Amino acid sequence: MSLWEYANPVKFLNLSGRVLPWVALLSAICLVVGLIWGFFFTPDDYRMGSTVKIIYIHVPAALMAINAWFMMLVASLIWLIRRHHVSALAAKAAAPVGLVMTLIALITGAIWGQPMWGTWWAWDPRLTSFLILFQFYIGYLALWKAIENPDSAADLTSILCIVGSVFAVLSRYAVNFWNQGLHQGASLSLDKEKNVANEFYHPLLFSIAGFVFLFLVLVLIGTRSEIRIRRASVIVARKIR
Amino acid sequence: MFMVLSVQDLCIARSGQVLMTDVNFELAAGQALIFKGPNGLGKTTFLRVISGLQPALSGKIHAKEDSFAYTAHADGVKPSLTVAENLQFWADIFDNQNIDTALSAFGLNDLKSRFAGLLSAGQKRRLCLARMLISNRPVWVLDEPSVSLDTASVTQLEEVIKQHLQNGGAALIVTHGHLDLGPSCKTVNLGEYKSNRAVYGDGAEAFL
Amino acid sequence: MRAVLLRDLRLAMRVGGGFGLAIMFFLIVAVLVALGVGPDVALLSDISSGILWVIALLACLLSLDRIFSLDYEDGTLDHLVIAPLPLESVVLAKATAHWLTTGLPLGLVSPLVGLMLGLPAEGYLWLVLSLALGTPALSVIGTFGAALTLGLKRGGLLLSVLILPLYVPTLIFGAEVARRGSIGIELQTPLWMLLGLSFGVVAILPFASAAVLRINLR
Repeated sequence: MSLWEYANPVKFLNLSGRVLPWVALLSAICLVVGLIWGFFFTPDDYRMGSTVKIIYIHVPAALMAINAWFMMLVASLIWLIRRHHVSALAAKAAAPVGLVMTLIALITGAIWGQPMWGTWWAWDPRLTSFLILFQFYIGYLALWKAIENPDSAADLTSILCIVGSVFAVLSRYAVNFWNQGLHQGASLSLDKEKNVANEFYHPLLFSIAGFVFLFLVLVLIGTRSEIRIRRASVIVARKIR
Repeated sequence: MFMVLSVQDLCIARSGQVLMTDVNFELAAGQALIFKGPNGLGKTTFLRVISGLQPALSGKIHAKEDSFAYTAHADGVKPSLTVAENLQFWADIFDNQNIDTALSAFGLNDLKSRFAGLLSAGQKRRLCLARMLISNRPVWVLDEPSVSLDTASVTQLEEVIKQHLQNGGAALIVTHGHLDLGPSCKTVNLGEYKSNRAVYGDGAEAFL
Repeated sequence: MRAVLLRDLRLAMRVGGGFGLAIMFFLIVAVLVALGVGPDVALLSDISSGILWVIALLACLLSLDRIFSLDYEDGTLDHLVIAPLPLESVVLAKATAHWLTTGLPLGLVSPLVGLMLGLPAEGYLWLVLSLALGTPALSVIGTFGAALTLGLKRGGLLLSVLILPLYVPTLIFGAEVARRGSIGIELQTPLWMLLGLSFGVVAILPFASAAVLRINLR
């Protein structure tokens, strides 16, 4: 038995239906633990005060914003190479989630930035990159919406996703080059954990895990609805004849 | 006899709907097939699939590469170019420098330097058909070639097609009108291939 | 391929004003920017190189949706698909025709517009050079967008939404070359980046555009 078996929409529906409640539960537990721990049981930062606690939403959202696009890229490649419908539909379902994550990251960033940097918005490379990423999501979703034939739409959006990924990376470098920025980059990333004290770090891990599972739940639900819509239209097309 | 095209168990679909199933036929050099069938059967889709403009749902189409020249409702004539320029463009594309025979075959010599935008519908159609001659392709795929042609032009068209067949060419024609192409022409009723069973070769069956 | 290029150029000359329209747009927007920002020459001079690049980008965007749509509507594209030349070269020919009718004339009149906006004297060479190197990439990327939105209703607006994010790297490096050139600081890095980007895009993207066209035509 291979993993590809679950690329069959019906099998995928069955499996995902069984998995979904557990992932949802896991996500809820992680989010509750991470956020409550983070918000109420960590000390205020000596420099940033309590504003630092927005980190528990800002960082996971920002991570998921990028990873959602990465997942779409992988799903698009799978669709183009192996023509599994589930893959294309999963990419489609991930896009709005990624879009909202990007938006959350931008908004929480603005809320955090206001007291810290004294401005809601700065043309800092990271912020600018996220704004550009936001535009990529918009374009991708708009293309899905515009094309009627679902298979052509899947093909075209996949190609857009791949080309877009290359340009997104290029944009990231270009933007870095364009303005060296004031973002405290390293302190927020996982691999440089030393920069964040442990008492902040552990709840952050929980909330990141919560966001990952939340993303999974939303993508699964989205993919399942997309499959059902396609199923319904196939059945209707058959009845009409 | 030399077969220029053979079609096996062809199924075609338009926007997810299966139109025809199990189409089988062969086309020999020097032969023409005229396809008849009611509106909405999918004759245009059928010709597009054969010419390679659209993928078939299933089945096989055997033909040499670059066999087809295709003419359809959309005539691909640029109104701001003259008749000669329009043809010359396609002559360059098909690497064929002689547009004069094509022009005279369809009586377009006098219109040579006129802008295509000023042509009548029938004249435009003749220009469009002249492209078939320029293409040097063995199999002509003609979708309603005689639309808006007057009787004299239809005769011209018949002559050109007959000449093409005599030279070892072949033709697939969909028409509601009457074309007299002599003994080497057979009429096929496409209606008998009308799809009466659900075939979902495009993967849609995966959703059921 | 040459035939497609020549035909597209001839069509552009006979309908829609060819070279003239993009140039007129360029000039008018430059005037509008000056009117909007105010007559402060020092300010205009500071932002002139960036403004020129943005206008060039917009002018390029304007004529994109015509690259394939006319040929698509009248059936020419169908014939070109069957014709004995690869779709990739059709795409490249069309991108070239687009560049010759927008990017090139824009590059040529850009010194004039630079003059109006008070571009410093050292900047002209670099402005023209950056446009010459960058606008081919804009045309090729635009062709990709035009292929994506082929045959769609309201394709024009969608095209802008799809294409503008893809223009970001070219814009940044191009404008940076022009800006650094105008204030006379080191510009090797953005220049090489721009050059590399342009070459990469011209070499690779036509394949994606052709694939997209094939999908859209079936």
